[in-house]
Amino acid sequence: MPLLRIEGVAKSFGNFRAVDKLSLDIRAGEFFALLGPSGCGKTTLLRMLAGFETPDEGRILLGGNDIAQVLPHERPVNMMFQNYALFPHLSVRDNIAFGLKRAGMARRDIASRVAEMVALVKLEGLEKRKPDQLSGGQRQRVALARSLARRPQVLLLDEPLAALDKKLRESTQGELMELQRRLGMTFIIVTHDQEEAMTMAGRIGVMDAGRLVQVATPRNLYEAPASRWIAEFVGDINLFNGQVAARENGRLTVSTAEAGRLAVSELWPPVTKEVVSVAIRPEKVKLSRRAPASDAGGSQTINRLEGVVADVNYLGGVTSYRVRLESGAVVRSSMANTARLDVDAYLAGQRVVAWFTADDCLVLEQ
Amino acid sequence: MAHTVTRLTRFNMTSLALGLAFLYLPIVILVIYSFNASRLVTVWGGWSLRWYHEFFNDRAMLDAAWMSLSVAAVSATLATLLGTLAAIGLARGERFRGRALFSGMLYSPLVMPEVISGLSLLLLFVALNAERGFWTVTIAHTTLTMCFVTVVVQSRLATLDRSLEEAAMDLGCDPVRAFLLVTLPLIVPAIVAGWMLAFTLSLDDVVIASFTTGPGSATLPIRIYSEVRLGVKPEINAICTLVIALIAVIIVIASFASKLSSARGESAAPL
Repeated sequence: MPLLRIEGVAKSFGNFRAVDKLSLDIRAGEFFALLGPSGCGKTTLLRMLAGFETPDEGRILLGGNDIAQVLPHERPVNMMFQNYALFPHLSVRDNIAFGLKRAGMARRDIASRVAEMVALVKLEGLEKRKPDQLSGGQRQRVALARSLARRPQVLLLDEPLAALDKKLRESTQGELMELQRRLGMTFIIVTHDQEEAMTMAGRIGVMDAGRLVQVATPRNLYEAPASRWIAEFVGDINLFNGQVAARENGRLTVSTAEAGRLAVSELWPPVTKEVVSVAIRPEKVKLSRRAPASDAGGSQTINRLEGVVADVNYLGGVTSYRVRLESGAVVRSSMANTARLDVDAYLAGQRVVAWFTADDCLVLEQ
Repeated sequence: MAHTVTRLTRFNMTSLALGLAFLYLPIVILVIYSFNASRLVTVWGGWSLRWYHEFFNDRAMLDAAWMSLSVAAVSATLATLLGTLAAIGLARGERFRGRALFSGMLYSPLVMPEVISGLSLLLLFVALNAERGFWTVTIAHTTLTMCFVTVVVQSRLATLDRSLEEAAMDLGCDPVRAFLLVTLPLIVPAIVAGWMLAFTLSLDDVVIASFTTGPGSATLPIRIYSEVRLGVKPEINAICTLVIALIAVIIVIASFASKLSSARGESAAPL
């Protein structure tokens, strides 16, 4: 039995169906991310878990009890708000103690729990400050400490890092993961930032138009997206539309207008349609000056596409190239800059061969 | 909020001085003449506190002042209570049927000519056969000033983040306690400012008070008005100076209250 089971939950606002018959199981101690574009219903789902919205139908089982109709203040669940929602008239200490006082905890226990929380999020010495005397990062820590203080069974985090700058966000991601591992608590995070979800979560649920379209580990989500929409939503990808021309022991040949015939290894379950898209991530497309030797991909079949470098974007760790094929289509390739000097770099206007193996391709139904 | 510092040019200084003079010169003259020793209002006869002394021995005038202050205090308190509840209803209530009508009607005293409000209240009190005096003026002033309190408190509530109340509920408060522990402390400055505004409005009012008051219970403005019709006594200057001083103190407190509320991270009530 999972800790949290969401069963056929639906919620509409007027005619807008925000969450549509969604089911999901979350295990105890898991770091789960709900990822999706804005308006996909992920925040509504989180608010239903917190109790701020009541599902129109379906059940939310926490440890076996249906909490769908339970009021927010009676749920063993806490939420960290996107804008932190710190009480501006209370000090850091009183903000953290707020939920403990409501739980009727003894004064001495409150003091020791607050001290423990302050140490946990490294806010020592700031206990007497008011929220407006804190930096953005410090406020985020207060909000985290406040939501953890009651030791909820599930902690809900609504875009917890959206208000921080990039450097701080990255270090905070690490701290959140570390904290979650140490406390063994169940975290459910809502984010629109796929890198954030991939970095932190053990499993990611991708939402679109109120439905869960895929639940997978970060690696599976990226390397084996369940649909073309997910493939395009998560990371960059090259897509070629075409028709299945031949099919022999796990190997498809797809004929495309833009890139000619492509050899693709078939995933499980096999595609049933004839009209498909071949997808290849840019970092799996290699460039070379002349056609690679036929054994460059080991035992695998290699797809070769001839073209001209259209433009070059140097990004530090990687360089991203756009190669224009004879058909006019563009293939994106990104290559790690493993050497400091640019002996391997290609220049705009240069003729190159873009190549990739059959195993690196995905075949997706359109 | 960024404060842009503009240097005062000579032109700006002049227009500022002229503007302030236009607004405050009559008041300054009134204040100076309240210390005039002469019996004639327009002739300067040296400094004296004679007219203040006279006011504090003028039984009728003191009664009127006491009447005004108590009407202002009671009506401001009632107006603050009702106005705050209306503001909460409008800002936080679900979109109930007739909400637009309710809020429109609530604000009507802001634009209604006072003569009409006064007359209609008089007709009501006559119809109810109510004895006119302290309570009729107080009720009339409550209806006049309540909408001002609502405007001030509602605009403060509108700037408050809804998620603060949600956070309180998430941390174990039922909706009533969430309001008392989180929302109320944050809107107290606006409520105080609203009370101050209601108090000064009630203290100022002549028109509605003269419709709704009865014999023997004149408020200070009515008393002053009737005295002035028989000719201005320097004593009036002294009374007016005291009223100005009282209102100045209240305005300073009210602006501190709204400063305090802006210091709490949210934007202040407009005052």
